[in-house]
Amino acid sequence: MSQTSPPDSYTPGSHPDLPPPVRTTGALGWARKNLLSSPLNIALTLVSVWLLWSIVPPAFNWLFTEAVWAASDRKECWALMTEPRSGGCWAFIRGSFNLFVYGWFPEPERWRVNLTFVLFALAIVGALRESLPGRKYWLWFAVAFPFIAAWLLLGGFGLTPIGTNKLGGILLTLVVAVTGISFSLPIGVALALGRRSNLPALRAVCVIFIEFIRGVPLITLLFVASTMLTYFLPPGSTFDLLMRVLIMVTLFASAYIAEVVRGGLQGLPAGQYEAADSLGLTYWKAHRLIILPQALKISIPGIVNTFIGSYKDSVLVLIIGMMDILGLGRARLNDPDWLGLAPELYIFISLFFFISCFGMARYSLSLERKLQTGHKS
Amino acid sequence: MNQDTQASDTTAPAPPSSEKIITIKGMHKWFDDFHVLKNINLEVSRGERIVICGPSGSGKSTLIRCINRLEEHQKGTISVDGTELTQDLKNIEIIRSEVGMVFQQFNLFPHLTVLENVTLAPIWVRKMPRAEAEESAMNYLERVKIPEQALKFPGQLSGGQQQRVAIARSLCMNPRIMLFDEPTSALDPEMIKEVLDVMIELAESGMTMLVVTHEMGFATAVAHRVIFMDGGEIIEEKPPKTFFENPEHERTKLFLSQILHH
Repeated sequence: MSQTSPPDSYTPGSHPDLPPPVRTTGALGWARKNLLSSPLNIALTLVSVWLLWSIVPPAFNWLFTEAVWAASDRKECWALMTEPRSGGCWAFIRGSFNLFVYGWFPEPERWRVNLTFVLFALAIVGALRESLPGRKYWLWFAVAFPFIAAWLLLGGFGLTPIGTNKLGGILLTLVVAVTGISFSLPIGVALALGRRSNLPALRAVCVIFIEFIRGVPLITLLFVASTMLTYFLPPGSTFDLLMRVLIMVTLFASAYIAEVVRGGLQGLPAGQYEAADSLGLTYWKAHRLIILPQALKISIPGIVNTFIGSYKDSVLVLIIGMMDILGLGRARLNDPDWLGLAPELYIFISLFFFISCFGMARYSLSLERKLQTGHKS
Repeated sequence: MNQDTQASDTTAPAPPSSEKIITIKGMHKWFDDFHVLKNINLEVSRGERIVICGPSGSGKSTLIRCINRLEEHQKGTISVDGTELTQDLKNIEIIRSEVGMVFQQFNLFPHLTVLENVTLAPIWVRKMPRAEAEESAMNYLERVKIPEQALKFPGQLSGGQQQRVAIARSLCMNPRIMLFDEPTSALDPEMIKEVLDVMIELAESGMTMLVVTHEMGFATAVAHRVIFMDGGEIIEEKPPKTFFENPEHERTKLFLSQILHH
């Protein structure tokens, strides 16, 4: 669309700031430009429309329209549909929900698990939201939370003790993943700093540790935890399996975090270290005030990436016989009442993981945006 | 400190006191096998202003970075205000809080506001209470003529403003000596003047300054001595008038002909 306008007739130095030209005609214009502008585009548009047409309505039908939400077993579920398997039998999930969430935690004590979940949500919100009043108390609470949670879940000191083998399902997944994630960050930072240290012994220890951990799959470490560790410990001492697993998962994640943080430390301009030194800041003050805030900020994508990986790695405890959400789900599939409902189970588990991991990814994006201080004005 | 304040007479800077604040004797430095500083002998008096110039690679930045231990020397001695620079961390920290440094790349902390940049060291190194540090910081920001930028982030300021913040940041620690490593080399020409004006005002207040720069007008205005370095050695050391009008060595003459006629 050409417009004939009179040539600019402002004297030099007085040209006003004008708004940019208006784009052509809204949604229809967008469609014409992006979907129908060339034969290839038209063909791709038609293929995409056909794909969406053949996938979305049947999927919606299976997931929602024909789905059965209340039944006592598979046969009844399928009897309630127009034909067996024409819809999702979500009654399976609803019927197993308590098992999936609490594992074998005794029913009268489940309020402790609920309380732990609520406190966990509060600890996360408190630790991550800077604008809350009384921030210091929120941070103290977040630091104290692991101990409070351990007391609530395992008992002692006035609460009935619960064996760690009673933990299962989502509860176990969260215990393994959250412990691994939260402890691996400080340990990983310490390893990264140690690896960059001038003291050769410290540096060697950190390098050896990091490279050893990265050199073996997590599964082998879990096998070591479950079978071999007793050989390395003094005879007669038993070390709870869950504790061993938590240690291994944490150490594994720390090695990866260490390398991510080391990348961030290297990415800082040398001038930042020099300016901090020339002002007379000690090593620890310089790192705490200047170096680590900037290095960690640069490392956020890598750190969150590692966290998401650790979160999903928690399913590997299946291999040594611990029943996390995936393990319990698969065990439940073998129950004669609910045989053959694999799609429903895996959709549920995928949804659980997707919501958690996507939530972490979105949070990290918002954190990055918040920390963008004036790199552009 | 008994300093002359007749700095309006720019052809003859007020003479410094006779007290030696920096003493460098027989200093050598190597980067691995490369002999970067050769037999440096230098004495700086309190209140003296020295401009160090020379071609790139001559070791001038390395020399001043040795004074606050950003670089280590392998041979010879360096003493700053009575304390000798050795491996001893305590001495290094004492010296670093008495010696301020301004960098070519400004090196402000981008995640902190201007005010936080300036108050950081007084609060965490000198253990000053926050209110006192902020008051002192605002004084220095006014002295470098940018008090209104106190709550902005460095990324929002121009180069000249950032460099002035860097100067205020160093001054807020009340150092006895200020080192400048090519402070205006990364600035657009129209911002160089505002930074040099701040440095001239600082000189007139009696600060001991070692400035590595190519700004010869500045040298003529405030320096007591101009030092020419080449290949890691101090070639020539003269008051500015003599240095520019009557250089003694061939290399000095060659250098001056190159920079005074671009």
